[in-house]
Amino acid sequence: MSHDFVRQLPGEGLRTQRKAGLGDVVHLDLPMVFLLLAISLYGLLILYSAVGQQTGPVIAQSVKLVLGVVAMIIAAQISPVVYRRLAPWMFLAGIGLLVAVFFFGLEIKGSRRWLRIPGVTNFQPSEIMKLVLPLILAWYFHDRHLPPKKRHVFWSLLFIGIPVVLIAMQPDLGTSIIIGASGVFVLLLAGIQWRLVFAAIGIGLVLAPALFYFGLREYQRQRILTLLNPESDPLGAGWNIIQSKTAIGSGGLFGKGLFQGTQSHLDFLPESQTDFIIAVLGEELGLAGVVLLLILYILLVGRGVILSVQAQDTFGRLLCGSITFTFFVYVFVNIGMVSGILPVVGVPLPLVSYGGTSILTLFAGFGILMSIHTHRRITL
Amino acid sequence: MVEPLALKDHTWESRIFFERIVLSFGLLVLLMLVLVARFFYLQVVEHDTYVTLSDNNRIQVQPLPPMRGLIYDRNGELLADNSPSFNLTLTPERVDDMDSTLATLDSILQLKPGDIDAFKKRIKRRQRPFESVPLRFRLSQEEIARISVDRHRLPGVQVEARLVRSYPKGELMVHAVGSVRRINENDARRLDPVAYSGIDHMGKIGVEKYYEADLLGQVGYQQVETDARGRIMKVLESNLPVPGKDLMLHVDSSLQQAAVAALGDRRGSVVAIEPETGGILAMVSKPGYDPNLFVTGIDHKTYASLRDSIDVPLFNRAIQGQYQPGSTIKPIIGLAGLVTGQTSMDFKIDDPGWYQLPGQERLYRDWNWRTSGAGGHGIVDLQKAIYRSCNVYFYELAVRMGIDRIDNYLALFGFGTNTALDLPEAKGGLLPTREWKRESRGLPWYPGDTVNIGIGQGDMLVTPLQLATAITVMANRGKWVAPRMLKSGSDLAELSAVPRLDSIELIPESVWDYIIGSMEKVVHRGNQGYGENGTAWAYIGQDIPYRMAGKSGTAQVVEIKQGELYDEELLDERQRKHAWFVAFAPVEAPQIALAVLLENGGGGSEVAAPVARAIIDHHLLGGTSPRVAAVSGGDE
Repeated sequence: MSHDFVRQLPGEGLRTQRKAGLGDVVHLDLPMVFLLLAISLYGLLILYSAVGQQTGPVIAQSVKLVLGVVAMIIAAQISPVVYRRLAPWMFLAGIGLLVAVFFFGLEIKGSRRWLRIPGVTNFQPSEIMKLVLPLILAWYFHDRHLPPKKRHVFWSLLFIGIPVVLIAMQPDLGTSIIIGASGVFVLLLAGIQWRLVFAAIGIGLVLAPALFYFGLREYQRQRILTLLNPESDPLGAGWNIIQSKTAIGSGGLFGKGLFQGTQSHLDFLPESQTDFIIAVLGEELGLAGVVLLLILYILLVGRGVILSVQAQDTFGRLLCGSITFTFFVYVFVNIGMVSGILPVVGVPLPLVSYGGTSILTLFAGFGILMSIHTHRRITL
Repeated sequence: MVEPLALKDHTWESRIFFERIVLSFGLLVLLMLVLVARFFYLQVVEHDTYVTLSDNNRIQVQPLPPMRGLIYDRNGELLADNSPSFNLTLTPERVDDMDSTLATLDSILQLKPGDIDAFKKRIKRRQRPFESVPLRFRLSQEEIARISVDRHRLPGVQVEARLVRSYPKGELMVHAVGSVRRINENDARRLDPVAYSGIDHMGKIGVEKYYEADLLGQVGYQQVETDARGRIMKVLESNLPVPGKDLMLHVDSSLQQAAVAALGDRRGSVVAIEPETGGILAMVSKPGYDPNLFVTGIDHKTYASLRDSIDVPLFNRAIQGQYQPGSTIKPIIGLAGLVTGQTSMDFKIDDPGWYQLPGQERLYRDWNWRTSGAGGHGIVDLQKAIYRSCNVYFYELAVRMGIDRIDNYLALFGFGTNTALDLPEAKGGLLPTREWKRESRGLPWYPGDTVNIGIGQGDMLVTPLQLATAITVMANRGKWVAPRMLKSGSDLAELSAVPRLDSIELIPESVWDYIIGSMEKVVHRGNQGYGENGTAWAYIGQDIPYRMAGKSGTAQVVEIKQGELYDEELLDERQRKHAWFVAFAPVEAPQIALAVLLENGGGGSEVAAPVARAIIDHHLLGGTSPRVAAVSGGDE
């Protein structure tokens, strides 16, 4: 416990003396729990409409949400010290699973993303990497002198690069980019010099065209081109964008009314229960309904930012910030793609889209946030 | 290298972190505002545009089905065409009240009971909204008129013209070309939904099935803007379909017609092959049926009557009917005997009219055992054994050779397998072997079995196509050409010419002359007195203007459908033997080889040989032959 003295030094969170509330006792952050439940219930309502008012899928989704909450509670009880100690092993296991996917993964529609646990379930190891990559980076920078030196940046980029490349090879470009972005974000929070950031952005802009023509597969290129001109592929991805924009646009300020969406209920809107579910919301509850959801999301993200600011050590700060940021990127990429400002990459809308393989990791991530927050040294 | 001691500066760290995360959060809020702005743009600024789009959902993508490839015969006559059919279709999204609409349509058109159920199933299989679903096919002009009158009170109801398969030759070509049928639920499950967008039919039998992928073509699409009633206002973009490839077949419609005419209304089959190429010139199975009935959905009663008919018109006898070959295989057995040295051209027997295996009591009789006063064929060599179709000679020859050698030679001529290149539905017949009998019956092979095989009886089964193929190989003196339907000269290239079996090289070569000469005598040897003429001479050989080699055969009826449905007389007729005749001509340079089968027809030479002659006459002499006219005139 050579680092213990470090933790007792004043951090942002210790400016005020506070009492241990109910939340600290059960290791939950009540405002965050409230926001998570609010978004989940709102999502269930949209889902109920999107599936044509059947109860079956809603019940199935509820079960997953309950499982997610249980995962969150468990994750919150575990001390951050345990996460920090386990971080390298979890990272190695995560990489091992990604390699296993490469060899034993289920091939669905031309990509290998799933591992099958016979008789139990199928899961995507890239989901786990969403939590494990922030964890390993937070672990790495925890006892390094900050701002990171160039060789530390190099090693951390290696930590980021391995899973990103493995996931891109599945291929799952969307997830790979999001995970890469959340990793790079940790560097930013760790205090990397701005000139390095700008240099990286510059190099990226220069390399982008080359990557577009040589690094992407035909269908991936097609999706980006489709974004620029949806009419070019009206039977495939372009159809989705045309229809989702029509659904959203026709909703207007207050929408056509719950369960009244014609686009989604006449089956014009593809994937209306999964990736494109926000189009159903936009059509039925209009701009008002969408803005309400966006407000809930930004409040949740804001709460995440507050928790990370209040964290008392580098590990906690970086981990909290990174998990929060990853969550936001998912929200932004999904909504951006459905509303036609980003390419279609097949990313679900967190907490709302049906089929919750990601629900478990999402809730577990917030559980880790709460663990960091509620395991602080508290001056009684 | 010793690094300077770096102490962690925690105040600095948390300050930098605070700065950065506040900055990032600002960025996130900004991005959220971008999303809000985007939704504001879509939902407020562009609201009216999208409302109109959504109201009618005016932008639709419609598949454009390709033209199915056409099928021609060798003379360029159309065997399978596409012709417009007017269908009654409904677009469910535009129908206000489906039940009352269907009721109204019922009162206008008198729908059949199955129509509505089938229609509802089709609605469920639909792939995208606003796709119209057919309710009735092939509307008459009068029905179209009646619907048009009531059109205003039937929103969502249209009369659509679609191209559907039509078979101009109807029943004549059905077993040669096959046919398309409607795609049913089972088919839909395994078909690529995109490739079959807007397509209702697929080849399910024969050439139509085998060449489905080529005939199909590639579906196109058009993106259209429609008004609220579904009428196309503007084609925004279209990607034209690629028509399917046209096929040319070896079949000759006029020869097919001649064969059908020669068969008359008797049940049977004809397969004629061009020896040089293996191309199938005629493939007849009678009775047939009109394939056009099936294209737009056949009603249950008509289908049941076809399916349950004792004459099994849906069954393609030419490639799937399996019969004993009877004496038609004697030339091949004889050839095998000569090549294996188990007999020779000089070897003769004295035929008493029956044969007995050593040490057994059972008598194997010759076919003229009763009719011939002498009780047999007298002194018989191989040649006479063929042209008089002497059983006893072949009983003895078969026993000498043994079943294994017989099997080897019969297999060389394609028996026991399907050798056709593009007729996967063809049956392989049955070439009985020791192993086969042990496996299927659990019994050893008995010498008596071999005796039966010697004259094409017993367990051996062949299809008309197989016999025609074997006689083709005989006409080619051992050179194998695989039977085939597709002819080059169309959009598709010639099939790989490699037959599945190797050509037969005989030593000495003169064996061919001897066997073919014997088959010529079957037809041409005449005026020698009773019991000395070729078996077919009296029926076809007296006025024949070219050299034909042939062989008759008579097959026992293996299997009789028994049932109370059929009256005695009919059953009696179906117990009669099947008549075969195989032939090729002209002998010097064969242009046609064929097998003729008449079910329950009686004696091969008497009944089947005249049919074979009429067909060959037509092919070699053209339609002007008096005999062709006589045969077809007499039967109709």
